[in-house]
Amino acid sequence: MTKDDCKKLVLDIIADIAPDEDLTNVRPDVRLRDQLQLDSMDFLDIVMELRKRHGIEVPEADYLQLASLDSCAEYLTPKFNALPARG
Amino acid sequence: MQPSRIVITGVGLTAPNGNSLAEFRRHLLTGVAGIKRIDVRYMGSQLAGVCHYDALRYQTRKELRVGTRAGSISIYCAREALADTGVSLETLPKDRVGIYIGCTEHGNVETENEVYNISKFNYDTKFWSHYHNPRTVANNAAGETSLNLGTTGPAYTIGAACAAGNMGLIHASQMLRLGEVDFALCGGVSESIHTFGIFAGFKSQNALAMHAEPARASRPFDRARNGIVISEGGCLYTLERLEDARARGARIYAEIAGYHVNSDASDYVLPNPQRQAECVRAALARAGLAPAGIHIVNTHATATPLGDIQECEAIRAVFGEGCPDTHINNTKSFIGHTMGAAGALELAGNLPSFDDLTVHPTINVDDLDPQCALPGLVLNQPRPVARVDTILNNSFGMLGINSTLIVRRFVP
Repeated sequence: MTKDDCKKLVLDIIADIAPDEDLTNVRPDVRLRDQLQLDSMDFLDIVMELRKRHGIEVPEADYLQLASLDSCAEYLTPKFNALPARG
Repeated sequence: MQPSRIVITGVGLTAPNGNSLAEFRRHLLTGVAGIKRIDVRYMGSQLAGVCHYDALRYQTRKELRVGTRAGSISIYCAREALADTGVSLETLPKDRVGIYIGCTEHGNVETENEVYNISKFNYDTKFWSHYHNPRTVANNAAGETSLNLGTTGPAYTIGAACAAGNMGLIHASQMLRLGEVDFALCGGVSESIHTFGIFAGFKSQNALAMHAEPARASRPFDRARNGIVISEGGCLYTLERLEDARARGARIYAEIAGYHVNSDASDYVLPNPQRQAECVRAALARAGLAPAGIHIVNTHATATPLGDIQECEAIRAVFGEGCPDTHINNTKSFIGHTMGAAGALELAGNLPSFDDLTVHPTINVDDLDPQCALPGLVLNQPRPVARVDTILNNSFGMLGINSTLIVRRFVP
């Protein structure tokens, strides 16, 4: 998985948890909270959906890594690539 | 000192057969029921009353995703009631608005959904939603409404089983009279069709309606009645002290004339006609009315074989034969049992009688049960009448809670 693939998966999750938001021009280097109506419960949704959809665990100490799309990609791409192949 | 007179100044509702008072009333006068078949988790096809209001009129998609159906119904009804009475939220002192919403139950839907959700993950509770607690707290419907409206006065629910809709109005009247608030949004809501447990519970009780034709399934007083049709719905009113309503030139639908609430203290589920009759009599006494002074009695009857007979026994004991101008009907025959919303919705369905001098019927009575053959029953066709100045609305609930609310035509 590339970092761009990872960003797309995160955006897919955000599209579901913030269905009123226009995600066409999300800037990857800007904090998600600064450009979208997302609160702390929404970030817990992102954590939950990563767990449900992809089997990725994000411990509370690492929540700050989900601040922007770029930081998500930095943090999550290795986790995705470390997942066992689905059979 | 005389207590303040309390008046109804706005109505917002969603019922299985209408999303406004005008549509609801039209369908009650033209025999349009609102029952269909839905798929219920674990149980398959079941009869239910489903509302079709436009949830996105007053909520974002995110609010709908995070919130509950009860919250959404409440928000729709509250906003519609405010629009109906022509009050802008900008002009209301937000800390003086009270929200009092009757609920039969709350949290079953959301809990069942989460249990089902984690069943897909081998019951690992780390997949349990962080929204579970705000969704299931008992004040959810009122709290979501205050969030949506931005009002900061008291907002809470009143748990009173299926007497709860009346209780919303009664409690609001009391709070207005106490001066706790200056403006109230009140009534009842139900999201019960979204929990299989309610269906399964009534089924195990042999109290769930079955019929090949959904629109004919809810049939109080008919000999072939076989139980309850579970429905969702909501109805919230704006209530004000008369002096406040007149000062702003509000349209007045009706005045709260009297009410009473009591308890059977006799059984978990079986009604007690003696206590029901006491409740009705006490409400009449508070209103200063004799039984013959009531022009419409809207019954609670849910179409269970025994419950209908027992309510009829109570009504017979109070109204007897000497009330030629008292007409008796039932709204559940159209919309099923909207549970916590029932008292509020069923009152709304009758309010227009003050203007159109017509009593909506009880439909689906093909073969009247002789034990339910009350004088004054309005069966299958609407009845034009000479006079409607008073409406008495019964709502009773499990664990033996009874509520009776009387409203009268507003006369300055």
